[in-house]
Amino acid sequence: MSLTVLTYIVVGFTFAVYIAIAIATRASSTKDFYVADGGVNPIANGMATAADWMSAASFISMAGLIALSYNGYGGSVFLMGWTGGYVLLALLIAPYLRKYGKYTVPDFIGERYYSDTARVVAVICLVLCSVTYVIGQMKGVGVAFSRFLETDYETGLGIGMFIVFFYAVVGGMKGITYTQIAQYVVLITAYTIPAIFISLQLTGNPLPQLGLGSTLVGTDVYLLDKLDLILVDLGFQEYTTTLRGSTLNMLAFTASLMIGTAGLPHVIIRFFTVPSVAAARRSAGWALVFIAILYTTAPAIAAMARLNIIDTMWSSEAEALLIEDKPGWFENWEQTGLLKVEDLNGDGRIQYTADPDTNELTKLDNDILVLANPEIAQLPNWVIALVAAGGLAAALSTAAGLLLAISSAISHDLLKSTYMPSISDKAELRASRIAMAAAVLGAGYLGLNPPGFAAGTVALAFGLAASSLFPALLMGIFARGVNREGAVAGMLAGISVTLLYVFQHKGIMFIPGTSFLGDMSPNWFFGIEPNAFGVVGAIMNFIVALTVSRVTAPPPQEVEDLLDFLHEPAAAKSASGN
Amino acid sequence: MPYMFARVNNVRFNQRDIDKMASAKSSKRRQAFAATVRSLMWKLLAVWLIVSFGFGILLVEPLNEYRLGGYKLGFWFAQQGSIFVFIALIFYFSAAMTRFEKRYSEQDDSEAEK
Repeated sequence: MSLTVLTYIVVGFTFAVYIAIAIATRASSTKDFYVADGGVNPIANGMATAADWMSAASFISMAGLIALSYNGYGGSVFLMGWTGGYVLLALLIAPYLRKYGKYTVPDFIGERYYSDTARVVAVICLVLCSVTYVIGQMKGVGVAFSRFLETDYETGLGIGMFIVFFYAVVGGMKGITYTQIAQYVVLITAYTIPAIFISLQLTGNPLPQLGLGSTLVGTDVYLLDKLDLILVDLGFQEYTTTLRGSTLNMLAFTASLMIGTAGLPHVIIRFFTVPSVAAARRSAGWALVFIAILYTTAPAIAAMARLNIIDTMWSSEAEALLIEDKPGWFENWEQTGLLKVEDLNGDGRIQYTADPDTNELTKLDNDILVLANPEIAQLPNWVIALVAAGGLAAALSTAAGLLLAISSAISHDLLKSTYMPSISDKAELRASRIAMAAAVLGAGYLGLNPPGFAAGTVALAFGLAASSLFPALLMGIFARGVNREGAVAGMLAGISVTLLYVFQHKGIMFIPGTSFLGDMSPNWFFGIEPNAFGVVGAIMNFIVALTVSRVTAPPPQEVEDLLDFLHEPAAAKSASGN
Repeated sequence: MPYMFARVNNVRFNQRDIDKMASAKSSKRRQAFAATVRSLMWKLLAVWLIVSFGFGILLVEPLNEYRLGGYKLGFWFAQQGSIFVFIALIFYFSAAMTRFEKRYSEQDDSEAEK
């Protein structure tokens, strides 16, 4: 059976499962739709959160980013940043918002800051960061389809939009939760199987986390030492020690990803679905366990695949690969444009070096590392098909969670709580489905235009969440003195600073040529790259909010009472927030 | 499940929550509980900060002098160890909080009986 047919079967089967689950668990009330009736088991919710959280970027791109763009150690910012945020979420945010016991993040902000303006500003921040994030997922779906199923990018994007639209709109949070559990199983299987095989081949240890610290089969040389050695030989920098930018940049980057994680609404609302405050805390731990399975495997895939690629390119006698000896996977991926070779010196061999003037492996895309992994390790076709299904599961599960966050913010916070308080439950449910449909179409459109936009979106989403929502939530829970005026001014200041910095260096809406100060590192503020700037925006937010709160009227007594309630011990037996 | 809201100065509260708040407010236990929670949080956040920003970034060079199998120790913290510590922190926090909440709500009960 050809690989394409097999891939169609595997992907088609997983899609059928998702849709069947969505229909079987479809939402019938607004509470079903927003928080799955608040009855999800904490371990199940942890698994759903993991799928919600791990996007196409985590699944397809992260290992390659670590190995190639960030040259090993520099890529640690993603590993620590995207997991460390869960500590903040579990300690500082999720249990309190669960105790508060409503449906959405703007719900809390509107009530804590006793202000419709604060609620609307929170909705705007939420929609901005969630829509940018959805666009990245839609792009991931389009790319995965076009590579594995040989459709063009637009068709792939269209099919992806249709599938996610169907099951998110029908199923609501309840359907999405159970679909995400299935998607987690698909994506983690697809990610770990090739890693286990490669680790076995290289080190004889089936656990990639241990294999990465082991010696290579038949030698007493450690894998990482060998990698450092040959990279330096080829003119690259050492794998295990090279910084990304500067130490300050790595600190800022990690901090931005951490607080962005703790402020992303589509992740926070997952903790509204569990039955109690204690369950919310436990569930965050389980979510991180399920996430860590992928996140501790990724650095192993990164280093091992990098080593494999170099081994392919250079023989043990330091002879470069003859063009006619290229392995099969090499040619498959050349066809997709992710891999390119040019025989610059005409010797019939491909020299892979760090020097751009002599390097003949002229294109080596980050995504190759995960996508071509099964072929490099010579695994059977069904594993390759599984990787395609895994990439799609990662993109779809995240897109569905984001769409739910957007639609509930619009139907619940804008309509029900702010502009149309008399709307009926049924009409609210209908409005949230319409909002979701509009969000899918909007994200699909922005996935195509402007063309460069999709690539920059995920980092931007983290910057926006870090600089606007996380500080507002943290101060809302712990800083009693912060008032309405302070919160609104803080959110606006944080999000403006971050947006300006990113667009100034990367171009407005990422359109090249519109960056007004140029995307050059000498122009970076203390050497902090735009993707790492969320933490600076967050600091601005804190400063502005605390200052403004000092010179304006303190919050009313009701806010004191709300905070007293949030900080009192949760009754051990209480099944839900009444 | 009924949602009964009281609207006070444009802020909505669940009626039962307001009752609970009123009864809890006078209690000094609540302050003791809050202090216990705060001290636990600071300790755990310190560990969080040390393993990631400390061991993983600021102290990575001196730690890289040591080894854990084939891993340089600083590199291991940055790419593996910090993540395992994060998981342990959350489960420890979760268990400790459940214990505190049980202890403080039992004290509340015994107080009410007096």
